[in-house]
Amino acid sequence: MRAYLPEYEAVSARTLVEALTLLAQGAGGLDGPAQPPGRRWQPIAGGTDLMVLFSAGKLPAGRYLDIWGIEELRGITVAPSHIDLGALSTFTQVRQHPLLACEFSSLTQAAIESGAIAIQNRGTLGGNIANASPAADSPPALLCYDAELELVSLRGARWVPYAEFHTGYKQMQRASDELIVRIRLPRLSAVERERQVHYYRKVGTRKAQAISKVCFAGSFVRDGERLSRVRIALGSVAPIPLRCPRTEAVLEGAVPTSAVIAAAQEVLGSEIAPIDDIRSTQDYRRTVAQNLLFDFLAQAALH
Amino acid sequence: MRIRPQGKQPRQAEKQPSHSRLAGARPQETDCANAQLDAVAATQALTQGGDSAYDSGVKIDAEASALRAYAIGGSPPRREGPEKVRGQALYVDDLPADFYGTGEVELVHGVTVRSPVARGRLRAIGFLPGVPWDEIVVVTAADIPGQNHIALLENDQPCLVSGLINHAEEPLLILGHPDRVIAERARTLVRLEIDPLPPQLDLDDSLRRGTKPDAGPNDVIWGKDNVFKTFTIEKGDVAAAWAGVDVIVEGDYETGAQEQLYIEPQGMLARVRPDGSVEVFGSLQCPYYVHAALMAVFNLPADKVRIVQTETGGGFGGKEEYPSMIAAHTALLARKAGRPAKIVYDRLEDMVATTKRHPSRTHIKTGWRHDGTLVVQDIDFRLDGGAYMTLSPVVLSRGGLHAAGPYACDHVRVRARAAATNMPPHGAFRGFGAPQSVFAIERHMDEAAAKLGMSEIALRKKNLVRDGQTLSTGQVLRERVDMRALLDRALALSGYEAKRARYDEENRRAAQGQGGMHAQRRRGIGVATFMHGAGFTGSGERYLASKVTVDCDATGQVHVRASSTEIGQGTNTIFTQIAAEILGLPPDAITVVRPDTSQVPNSGPTVASRTVMVVGGLVARACQQLKTRLVEAGQGMRLAAAGYRPQQFRAAVQAYLAQHGTLSVTTEYEPPPDVQWDDKAYRGDAYATYAWAAYVAEVEVDLVTYETRVLDFVAVQEVGKVVHPILAAGQIEGGVAQGVGFALYEKVAWREGRMANGQMTNYIMPTSADVPPIRVEFIEVENPRLRGPGGAKGIGELPLDGTAPAILNAVAQATGLRLNQIPLLPEDLLAAYARAGLENG
Amino acid sequence: MSTHGHDSHHATTTSSGTFTRPLIELRLRVNGIDTVCVVHPMARLLDVLRESLHLSGTKEGCGEGECGACAVLLNGELVCSCLVPALQAMGTEVTTIEGVAPSLATLDRVQQAFVDCGGAQCGICTPGMILAAKALLTRCPQPTEAEIREGLAGNLCRCTGYTKIFSSVLRACQADGATTEGGER
Ligand SMILES: Cc1cc2nc3c(=O)[nH]c(=O)nc-3n(C[C@H](O)[C@H](O)[C@H](O)COP(=O)(O)OP(=O)(O)OC[C@H]3O[C@@H](n4cnc5c(N)ncnc54)[C@H](O)[C@@H]3O)c2cc1C
Ligand code: FES
Ligand code: FES
Repeated sequence: MRAYLPEYEAVSARTLVEALTLLAQGAGGLDGPAQPPGRRWQPIAGGTDLMVLFSAGKLPAGRYLDIWGIEELRGITVAPSHIDLGALSTFTQVRQHPLLACEFSSLTQAAIESGAIAIQNRGTLGGNIANASPAADSPPALLCYDAELELVSLRGARWVPYAEFHTGYKQMQRASDELIVRIRLPRLSAVERERQVHYYRKVGTRKAQAISKVCFAGSFVRDGERLSRVRIALGSVAPIPLRCPRTEAVLEGAVPTSAVIAAAQEVLGSEIAPIDDIRSTQDYRRTVAQNLLFDFLAQAALH
Repeated sequence: MRIRPQGKQPRQAEKQPSHSRLAGARPQETDCANAQLDAVAATQALTQGGDSAYDSGVKIDAEASALRAYAIGGSPPRREGPEKVRGQALYVDDLPADFYGTGEVELVHGVTVRSPVARGRLRAIGFLPGVPWDEIVVVTAADIPGQNHIALLENDQPCLVSGLINHAEEPLLILGHPDRVIAERARTLVRLEIDPLPPQLDLDDSLRRGTKPDAGPNDVIWGKDNVFKTFTIEKGDVAAAWAGVDVIVEGDYETGAQEQLYIEPQGMLARVRPDGSVEVFGSLQCPYYVHAALMAVFNLPADKVRIVQTETGGGFGGKEEYPSMIAAHTALLARKAGRPAKIVYDRLEDMVATTKRHPSRTHIKTGWRHDGTLVVQDIDFRLDGGAYMTLSPVVLSRGGLHAAGPYACDHVRVRARAAATNMPPHGAFRGFGAPQSVFAIERHMDEAAAKLGMSEIALRKKNLVRDGQTLSTGQVLRERVDMRALLDRALALSGYEAKRARYDEENRRAAQGQGGMHAQRRRGIGVATFMHGAGFTGSGERYLASKVTVDCDATGQVHVRASSTEIGQGTNTIFTQIAAEILGLPPDAITVVRPDTSQVPNSGPTVASRTVMVVGGLVARACQQLKTRLVEAGQGMRLAAAGYRPQQFRAAVQAYLAQHGTLSVTTEYEPPPDVQWDDKAYRGDAYATYAWAAYVAEVEVDLVTYETRVLDFVAVQEVGKVVHPILAAGQIEGGVAQGVGFALYEKVAWREGRMANGQMTNYIMPTSADVPPIRVEFIEVENPRLRGPGGAKGIGELPLDGTAPAILNAVAQATGLRLNQIPLLPEDLLAAYARAGLENG
Repeated sequence: MSTHGHDSHHATTTSSGTFTRPLIELRLRVNGIDTVCVVHPMARLLDVLRESLHLSGTKEGCGEGECGACAVLLNGELVCSCLVPALQAMGTEVTTIEGVAPSLATLDRVQQAFVDCGGAQCGICTPGMILAAKALLTRCPQPTEAEIREGLAGNLCRCTGYTKIFSSVLRACQADGATTEGGER
């Protein structure tokens, strides 16, 4: 354990208001000028990202706000037009939800393939998003499903399309006084759902406890021979979880012939920006991303 | 345990009559009556029939259920099992602060400051503010009372750097504070001034530069030519033999560094007594290695250094030599702090700083006749030893001795070299050089088969060595060897031939796009046939002259004293079995004494698959002598040779003690007279005996992701008498899983000589979801010459040798590529496709 | 409850230039016993158990959630105690390996199965592995081999190759019922 405990302060918030009040302190909002990051409160949810850094002595010194006990951030609720997932929904809760498995199966799959049981019991969807790792596994699924995030602070609440949330490596549209409170997934009509195809594939070398080298989520709605509502999003191939609108555009409304697929693979190759790191290579990530696109469309053809 | 007779009935069964006579003669009143009866019967078999009394031609199904009897060949529960499953077994980091029985003592927690560069000169050390430095104990090389080296083969490795840094993560100083958190913080506040020097990070580069005529100080980094050891094995006339061959096959093979990754990181606890004597407790495999190292560092006589093994959470060779280093650091800290000290590495430090399996490169050139006869083998085997010698010469030795494989060949040359580089020293890891060279030869056999247009099975069968033939060192195999039977069994169990043909066909169709759903899947099945020398190489055992003591106390309790450590492989249980069987006592009457240099003699290190065969043999002999002593003792203490009850044993012991004071037998290793080894020429009996095996792996390669999954694994081996089938199967299964990692997952990301992925997240070992079903089978062959207890040979290292080549041979079938490097990660497979110009797409 | 070790130290480290942070009085129920200890709110539950409560059966193999050696049940759910800050353990119920056996004389059926089937070799992964197995059997009393593989995938074992661990878990399911030495919980 390499953390230097005296540098940390931590408290638990029991309610959303309590949490938001603390987060507002020093954020340059209601009560005075902005404080340096170390003086501001940072949320800690399941701790499965934060505590790893902490143990390694790499978590910035400062003030940490435990939000695990805030009931308002929990629960998965189903409405006719959408499903709302509380930010504290754990991977375990996500993978066990029957309706998600039906209509948003890529998200279910992402939860099943994240870490292993003990991590799934603590890791939250909100944390997975706010940790802003390009290698996170649920973001590609969320991008495919046009997720929206609700961000709340004492200043008020706002909805942000998830596709616009990540703005650069570890950069996001979240002010330091805001919490992600819920994630909304719009539901398709019954007719569309019938014809929707989901594809999710995580590539992490081993089958559990793996950090993605490439993660691919794709979906479309079959329109006769043609593809519509095409969504393609990847992890670990860019500084952020990446939705790929240019590749989608090649496929949207098209019949997925080999020529179309090849063209889409070509575009995808230029739309992503993978790198070499200790886990994999740029070449591998690009090739596999393109192969996965092929696999996605080939599998889809068999549905 | 289910014993399926194969052909001839086992001899033990023939002894039934005497068994029942014994049973009839005694009232069955003891707690362990049945176990004991079995034990007595087995003992009789052992003593009457000598080695040959053991089952012949009997196959033991490893999945058979446990027999509660403590007889050899039974599978009693692990002795320390209950403590382990309750979480009560104490590993070094668990020792309570009042461990010494002197009330709670405040420990000093130590951390190690290490070099960030691979080579350089340490000029100055600064201490930045941020912690109370006046409370922190700082240990440098200047605090070493004795020699600043870790005693091993060559005393070239410093305990703490005093000038020249030879590898990244080399220890420079030790900091200690009662608060672990402050010690940790202090570590980040040490400023090192180092003049960097150009490092040598490549094995072949180092060999080349070390011997070039104008070599300068940056070329020669160790000794006079960067070579830790070199030797050549020569058999027949290699130069002349090429004239008689039809086909020549040549290839280069490479294996990577592999981290042992025991789940308990290394750690030690030490104190210095008022009289200056040093005591160390910790996680280790070889108490007497640490003992020798501390004698040198502290300049103390043997009786002033005490090393005690605590429960050890895995070793695999990783706790063979490195514990001497941590023990020295911890004891130095304790000495300077004036109170007990503890150093326990965290995972990162353990991974980046401690030893790994030696990376290797092998060039093999073989000559064949058209009919598949192997005529000549010319092998060049190189190891990267890292910055200091540690055990590299011995690793090289084992690697070189296994390099030619289990094949009969008249003309063999093996040239072996271990080079110095500025990598952290590589060291012992299960298999000890053999997995590297066996990988090369077993891949090569498949490549030769392809080139000869023969099946890889036929080629092996044609050339596998038999008894009466010789290995590369000229060693005549006098024990019975039936490799073909092992191979046949492995083929049958795995359905090899049919699958091999089917996969060829399916892969061909899939490549033509006819695979449907599985168009992107390729399958393969591969085999490896190999051997593993049991015990120390060459004359190692002779030099070691291991000792074991067995004694009895006044309660009749038998104490088995050996320095062999329990590191999970089952030493406690197996020594109990051996002693219980020979003495005809229930297991509770046997205590296997915790390895503590003040309590146990030096039985050599716990390595080289020697514990059961060599040390177990000494235990058996000591027990036998102890029993004989009682049997032959005077009136009043006599035991019936034919059998006795524990109470009778106790009474006899007490009578003996009353008259003689002590009852203790020490046995010492006696080199078998017919084992001859020439260290200089590398000729003769390299090992007293070998374990033999045939492994089959089945894989699926996904051409979308280039990931390889092992679908099935069959491991068939002949290891002499299987003393404990469950433990033995557990050894094989664990070794196979490590072999899967060695082949497909475990890759060290080196950056300028530093390990960049020293975390379990980034250095990938197989999880429970990744290991294939592993089917283990032991075949017992009648071998009157075997000397281990009941004819047991070594087992622990064997599975590491054949797993990786079997897997790669399967991947080669699946992909049609020449794949001669491990680990083979998906990135590597993609690159191989790119090289072969066959990129899928 | 003891407050020894580095926890009490923090109050005195102001000299080193860092500011003192308030410790918390952590109340939780560990293996059925109500427990209070004074710890730093960010102290890892793993260290609280091992150092403050002297429950050293919970092991540290990595400190990063990867190996599962530190696994405990937190309110009945399997978690890595190295990733749980003390303040999140406030008011919870924790089961460690020390709380698994029904008594000093008997073992739980899972523990017994690990002893009988060779599921523990060096034993360092065993406490976490047994808790993972218990959590699995609670969710899924008769798991398939695939379910066992998945259920234990967060617990790394370097010794066994997992095979004997799978047989231990299967044995424990067979032993389900009142007849085993281990008894039922
Ligand atoms: C062994 C292991 C395996 C893992 N495997 C995977 C995997 O396979 N796939 C994967 O994607 N991830 C994996 N992770 C990473 C991690 O589990 C996930 O990212 C998880 O979703 C993080 O959630 P958390 O609640 O634990 O986050 P925390 O660690 O609590 O927080 C993470 C970040 O999010 C912020 N945050 C949390 N909640 C909110 C909120 N509601 N509003 C605003 N900010 C918030 C925190 O301030 C922090 O910066 C793994 C981690 C470990 C240790
Ligand atoms: S120590 Fe917690 S998971 Fe390894
Ligand atoms: S038994 Fe040693 S790590 Fe599992």
